[in-house]
Amino acid sequence: MTTLTPILTKVWDRPDSFTRAGYEANGGYQAFRTALGMDPDAIIQAVKDSGLRGRGGAGFPTGLKWGFIPQGDGKAHYLVVNADESEPGTCKDVPLMMADPHVLVEGIIISAFAIRANHAFIYVRGEVLHVIRRLQQAVAEAYDAGYLGTDILGSGFDLELVVHSGAGAYICGEETALLDSLEGFRGQPRLKPPFPAVAGLYGGPTVVNNVESIASVPAIITNGADWFASMGTEKSKGFGIFSLSGHVTRPGQYEAPLGITLRELLDMAGGVRAGHRLKFWTPGGSSTPLFTDEHLDVPLDFESVGAAGSMLGTRALQIFDETTCVLRAVLRWSEFYAHESCGKCTPCREGTYWYKLMLKRLEQGQGSEEDLDTLLDLSDNILGRSFCALGDGATSPVTSSIQYFRDEYIKHFETGGCPFDHAASTVWAGEM
Amino acid sequence: MSFEPEILERLERDAKEIIARYPKPRSALLPMLHLVQSELGYISEDGVQFCADTLGITPAQVTGVVTFYTQYKQHPVGEYHVGVCINSLCAIMGGDQIWQELSEHVGVGHDEATEDGKVSLERIECNAACDYAPVMMVNWEFFDDMTPARAKQLVDDLRAGKQVAPTRGATSVCSWKQASRVLAGFNDGRAGEGAPAGPASLRGLELARESGWVAPEPERGAE
Ligand SMILES: Cc1cc2nc3c(=O)[nH]c(=O)nc-3n(C[C@H](O)[C@H](O)[C@H](O)COP(=O)(O)O)c2cc1C
Ligand code: SF4
Ligand code: FES
Repeated sequence: MTTLTPILTKVWDRPDSFTRAGYEANGGYQAFRTALGMDPDAIIQAVKDSGLRGRGGAGFPTGLKWGFIPQGDGKAHYLVVNADESEPGTCKDVPLMMADPHVLVEGIIISAFAIRANHAFIYVRGEVLHVIRRLQQAVAEAYDAGYLGTDILGSGFDLELVVHSGAGAYICGEETALLDSLEGFRGQPRLKPPFPAVAGLYGGPTVVNNVESIASVPAIITNGADWFASMGTEKSKGFGIFSLSGHVTRPGQYEAPLGITLRELLDMAGGVRAGHRLKFWTPGGSSTPLFTDEHLDVPLDFESVGAAGSMLGTRALQIFDETTCVLRAVLRWSEFYAHESCGKCTPCREGTYWYKLMLKRLEQGQGSEEDLDTLLDLSDNILGRSFCALGDGATSPVTSSIQYFRDEYIKHFETGGCPFDHAASTVWAGEM
Repeated sequence: MSFEPEILERLERDAKEIIARYPKPRSALLPMLHLVQSELGYISEDGVQFCADTLGITPAQVTGVVTFYTQYKQHPVGEYHVGVCINSLCAIMGGDQIWQELSEHVGVGHDEATEDGKVSLERIECNAACDYAPVMMVNWEFFDDMTPARAKQLVDDLRAGKQVAPTRGATSVCSWKQASRVLAGFNDGRAGEGAPAGPASLRGLELARESGWVAPEPERGAE
């Protein structure tokens, strides 16, 4: 049996966890002292050896990404932390920054030192006021202590760190759109290559990493790459925060080695809410194809989830029981994608718009089985033909729901409407 | 430009401070727009002109940015801007019902404000709090595990001028303009208020404690 491994979440129940004093009382701000005494390349090597892969969804090896930053090029390098957390279902970075902003700041100091960046940014979504306060406070405290600024602790290393609030646009989580946004423009994805490591913020070599990726770095420096790699599976090393939400008895954050299964996690979370059974779930947010109760034992690592036809994504496990109309969920996600499409490329802009119109009609029971083929055709025209992964992601709920729940679509046509009682899905169903 | 001299002076001083944070001035545009909202409540034509003049870009370039981001409002919102998450998970867990009942109760729809200017409503997307569904936000503070009854009470309290406390956040909700100032990057000194984490955030940790589960110990001698 896999058990939980609180590492990042370990201090969240300390009343002062978000203060520098609280963080340091738990051994915080030791790792960066070690790191500042290391050769920056040795830090990159340690992160490579740990096997840490990006926690923002795509799972790209973090150390490898850092290694792409050209050295000795005389250019300013930048580190940008992606704290935009807006993928539906994803809710791990926000509680992390709320409870323990200093672990992120310490991770930033180490990471910036490793890639020789003297300027770092936290790009945080603007709709989380108190999280932004905590970040601002943590950064101010780190400056006061001499952990940020010029000649940090006499090491000769300088680092400026800015907390930058976004303004409500899911697409700004895409790393190149994020950079455009940070430069003060509309957040629209850039053509890759060049990748940010070569030409990123202000055209300079830039690393963009997720909050949880960077927050994992201090523990790797403190405990060693082998320690980190001792957890998880062969190609998906380490631990991660799994976020359970929806029709589950005890929704919340569960930190565990990669490779744990939903069956194990559900067990810990008290199972699907009483009297109900699992119908479908997302392994990694709404952009990852749906799973069903067939997939309870799929190890939640990058490879196994991929082999089973979905993606690990952000470990955003949204659980829906049998009271839920899958069309309703898919329609709402499609409306989200249509709203959030940046409009730069036609397949995504037009495709998500058509999804919205078609699914709305189908949910109302006006349609035929032919419409499902049209939806699948449309999906073929979006997937792989879009400029960025938002378009691809938008197809996931549509195609996977048709794959697993074709009958349910047909039932809508047969009954001329939604066969579900939406009140039965609510938290207060049966109470009111 | 038709700002009161006092407001203009403050805007100019604060904009200068924002610009100084960045290697390139244009990066200051998003925080400057939050700053404009902290003075005016929304982005007026004057606000656009101010940003354009300060950064040496055209008003059209500023407007292009304003219209791209949903947090920038082109007309006044309420002193308390209330969001109901209607993304799939929250909607299904009850957000749709909350929205419907609340909107009827208040008598305004999406992106509309009450006549007294106290409250405005918005259908919002996933706010990274799904483990607390159904979720609402007031001036971007969390109101977790909501019900239709609690939602209506909340808005009644806001309209009656009572102080309300978010479930996870500061001890009371500040005004829309004050919140916008924080988003512009000006620390309001309230980070210390409230708990580090809500109950759902701690579920895994508590279970691990009860069960005696810990992460593996590093081997001795590891760097
Ligand atoms: C539409 C879209 C939204 C994204 N949103 C986020 C996000 O909110 N946070 C994040 O870390 N990565 C997000 N990503 C992934 C980033 O593009 C990028 O891969 C990631 O920040 C890299 O960090 P990592 O390697 O540490 O995971 C998003 C990608 C897309 C296509
Ligand atoms: S896929 Fe969608 S979000 Fe991405 S660039 Fe194209 S239109 Fe914009
Ligand atoms: S779906 Fe409402 S907070 Fe995530």
